[in-house]
Order: sequence, then C-alpha cells, then structure tokens
Amino acid sequence: MIPPAFEYTRPGSVDEAVRALADAGEEAKVLAGGQSLLPLLRLRLAFPELVVDVGRIPELRGVREDGDTLVIGAMTTHHDVVHDPLVRRHAGLLAQATATVADPAVRHRGTLGGSLAHADPAGDLPAVALALDAALVVAGPGGRRTVPAREFFVDYLQSALAPDELLLEVRIPKRAGWGFHYEKFHAVAQSWAIVAVAALVRRDDGHIAEARVALTNMGPTPLRATAAEEALTGADGPGAVARAAEAAAEGTRPSQDLSASPEYREHLARVLTRRAVLTATGTG
Amino acid sequence: MTHITVKVDGTTYEDDVEPRLLLVHYLRDRLGLTGTPIGCDTSNCGACTVELDGASAKSCSVLAVQADGCEVTTVQGLAKDGEWTRLQRAFHERHALQCGYCTPGMLMAARDLLRENPHPGAEEVRHALEGNLCRCTGYQNIVHAVLAAAGQQVAEEATA
Ligand SMILES: Cc1cc2nc3c(=O)[nH]c(=O)nc-3n(C[C@H](O)[C@H](O)[C@H](O)COP(=O)(O)OP(=O)(O)OC[C@H]3O[C@@H](n4cnc5c(N)ncnc54)[C@H](O)[C@@H]3O)c2cc1C
Ligand code: FES
Ligand code: FES
Repeated sequence: MIPPAFEYTRPGSVDEAVRALADAGEEAKVLAGGQSLLPLLRLRLAFPELVVDVGRIPELRGVREDGDTLVIGAMTTHHDVVHDPLVRRHAGLLAQATATVADPAVRHRGTLGGSLAHADPAGDLPAVALALDAALVVAGPGGRRTVPAREFFVDYLQSALAPDELLLEVRIPKRAGWGFHYEKFHAVAQSWAIVAVAALVRRDDGHIAEARVALTNMGPTPLRATAAEEALTGADGPGAVARAAEAAAEGTRPSQDLSASPEYREHLARVLTRRAVLTATGTG
Repeated sequence: MTHITVKVDGTTYEDDVEPRLLLVHYLRDRLGLTGTPIGCDTSNCGACTVELDGASAKSCSVLAVQADGCEVTTVQGLAKDGEWTRLQRAFHERHALQCGYCTPGMLMAARDLLRENPHPGAEEVRHALEGNLCRCTGYQNIVHAVLAAAGQQVAEEATA
C-alpha cells in the first residue's frame, strides 16, 4: 500500500532536528531506520504531517567509550551493533540479542534508538536495555535530559519521549566479569519473540552473587523479573536456579494473541528464565 | 516534491518525487525496473530486496527520498554484458526456483551473505535468508545453489 502524504525534512544536525520537531509540534514523526515506521505508514496506522529523517546526522551514529560507560548513538544500526568490537566486549548481551532481531536486511536499516523509541514490548532491545540498566539521553526544546531505562518504557508502544524530543544516545554501564544470555522463543526465524528472557549474572565462589533478569513480551512494557532476581541471589546450582525461575512470571501481565495465551507465556517465562540463567552462569 | 539523485544499476537518475513514494515504487513505476517485485505489505517477504549503498535492504521499507545520493543495485544490475553472475548460474543449474517470484530477493540476500562470508555453511546460508520467503521450493535447492556458488560442497543429506 501507499503511505499517506506528508512533508519531509532531512536535518543535518541534532539542533536542526530538534528545531524542526519543535516547530511542527504533535504532528511530526522522527524517521530513523523506518523498519517499524514505514510498515505503519503503509498500513495507514500513522498520519504524520511532517517526517523528520534523522538518518544523515553523523553525531547520532557510532559507538564510543566514556570511562566505565559504553555510549551508542541512537542511529547506530542493528548490523553495526552486532559487529561492533566495543559492544561485543562490554555489552555482549546487547550484541547477542540484536543478532536475533528480524533478518539481515532489516538489521541493515533498523536502529537501536528506533527500537527503544518504538517501545514495543515484543521488541528484543527494550528488555535488554532494562537488564543492562541503560540510560537514554534525550534532546528537546528545553535542552537535554537523561532517562533511565526503567522509566523510559511507559506503556504499550509508548515511551517517555515527548513528541518534540529526539533520542540521542544510549549509555550502558560496562559489566566486567558478568555472564549473560538472551533466550528468545519464536515460531519463525525472522519473527518477534513470543517471550524472551535477558539474563545477566555475576558469580562469586560457585554461587550467584547478583542477577538481573528482564522479560520481553510479558506485559505492555518490558519488565524486570524481580522475584526471580531475589531468589537467584546466593543460588548455587541448577536446582536452586530452577526454583528461582519458578518466580519469573510473578507480577507480569502477559497478553493473549494468535501465538499464545497468558498462561502459556507465563510457562515460557519460567522455562526461558531457567535456560537463560543457566547459560549465563556457564552451567547450562 | 523533493528532488533526489540516485544511481541505479550504474545509471544516475534525477527526479522530483513525493516524499511518501517507496523506493520499490520508484524503481518499478518511475524507472521501469520491474525485476524487483512486491510480495507483501508487511516488510516480511523480502521479494523486494535490493542493495542500497552496498547492503541489502527491503525496498518496500525505504522511501525513495531516503535513497537520495545513494547507489542502488537491483537484480537487473547483476549480469554484466548479458553474462550471469556465478550466483545466478548456480540458481539456474540447481533449480533454485519454481515460479521465480522470490528469486530477485533471494539473489540479493545471498549476495549480501557472500560478501560478508564468502564460504558459508548450510546453517549460515539458512540464517542469512531468513528474511526471504519462498512459497514454492521448500528452500532446499536455494540453499544448495548458494553453497554451490560459494564453491562449497553441497551435502544433499546434511541440509535435509
Ligand atoms: C520483518 C520485521 C521483523 C522484525 N522483527 C523484530 C524482532 O524480532 N525483534 C525486534 O526487536 N524488532 C523487530 N523488528 C523491528 C526492528 O527492530 C526495527 O528496526 C525497530 O523496531 C525500529 O527501528 P527503526 O530504526 O527502523 O525505527 P523507525 O521505524 O524509523 O521508528 C520507529 C519509531 O521510533 C521513533 N524514533 C525512531 N528513532 C527515534 C529517535 N532517535 N528519537 C525519537 N524517536 C525516534 C519513530 O518516530 C517511530 O515512532 C522487525 C521489523 C521488521 C520489518
Ligand atoms: S514486498 Fe518488501 S518485504 Fe515483502
Ligand atoms: S520460487 Fe516461487 S516463491 Fe520462491
């Protein structure tokens, strides 16, 4: 199908982009990789008056280090995230999960910032950002602010971004010595997760000293499995991990759709949490 | 209208286009390059895959204005002087198509794989083609063709 008509602008800098968004108010839409926005436009589920293409703003792209923090530009493509040596070294969980997003052609265009701003609970990267305790730097007419991932995902397809705000970069604390694993359950190779689990584990002396577990598609936003995390602290073997995983679906609100019932999703959350944690500890 | 300059299969075009025009419609309707088909409305099938500045992209999921200043290669730009590429020959020889609707996209996706990984295994070929749907062949011969084009042993039973 053919998208509805809109005006188009392609700013060359963050300042220009922020000004274009501010001038257009609620009627503007940021275009990043377009891999979620263009399907929506084609199906006429979105009707922006102005599309602000941020695809040619050099400062939004690329990966750098800032002390103990890894900084990834919002326009860095999935393909570049997967292959970036800094991401692989300091945020292996993100590289691993991003490699499961869609297919190679979509990964060439889709971006980390677009995936987070889109705030789809079935998307793989929101839960990963939550597990990694990422911070999102945002620019608007009033200047810049930093939003922690735990406050960024507000509701189904709704982020903390105001219509006139632009996501600039994603800041991820480096985690030396943590094991990680992203366990995704999907029906078709290129498709979205029915449920997925991101696990980060720090081991100490044969037991789990600290764990961070986040769930994809277990509610209208990505969620931390806090009950499972608490039960994992001090866990020392597959049996203890299995018991902790039993708590993974606590406090979740999974949806019903063509792929799964809420009960089935809860079952998956428990099974996938056990697998993800065991693999993250190297005992899977 | 927005003015764009795009190089497609070696020829540079300048045009005024509506911002909402999809790249695939630009290629097919404006340039007459109908070798790139449209198979779905959901960005899922990969039939419309082209090369955009050296990387595969679904041309139904790119605006023509986003391709401004870029280089596009379609399936029609692969053969040189009427001579098929090794990959195209392998598709022909290995019967990697029936109706042929998915073939342009399959060729572009396979080309993308072989550029990054010139000697893939069967599993890697399958993963690289995960964004391209074929409703006819069952994929077997497509995987064999890509392996053959890469000079890999085609173990018929290993990929079953
Ligand atoms: C066939 C297919 C399969 C897919 N499978 C998966 C999957 O398995 N897992 C998965 O996680 N994703 C999947 N995706 C989605 C893919 O990851 C998209 O790349 C991603 O959702 C959006 O990124 P984008 O750069 O394309 O954003 P766009 O489509 O350009 O934008 C998406 C939304 O975010 C807003 N936005 C984008 N960038 C910014 C910014 N910097 N500041 C403010 N707002 C911004 C836009 O206004 C828009 O509302 C799939 C997509 C397709 C087409
Ligand atoms: S027509 Fe482009 S992905 Fe199906
Ligand atoms: S050959 Fe018919 S769709 Fe692939």
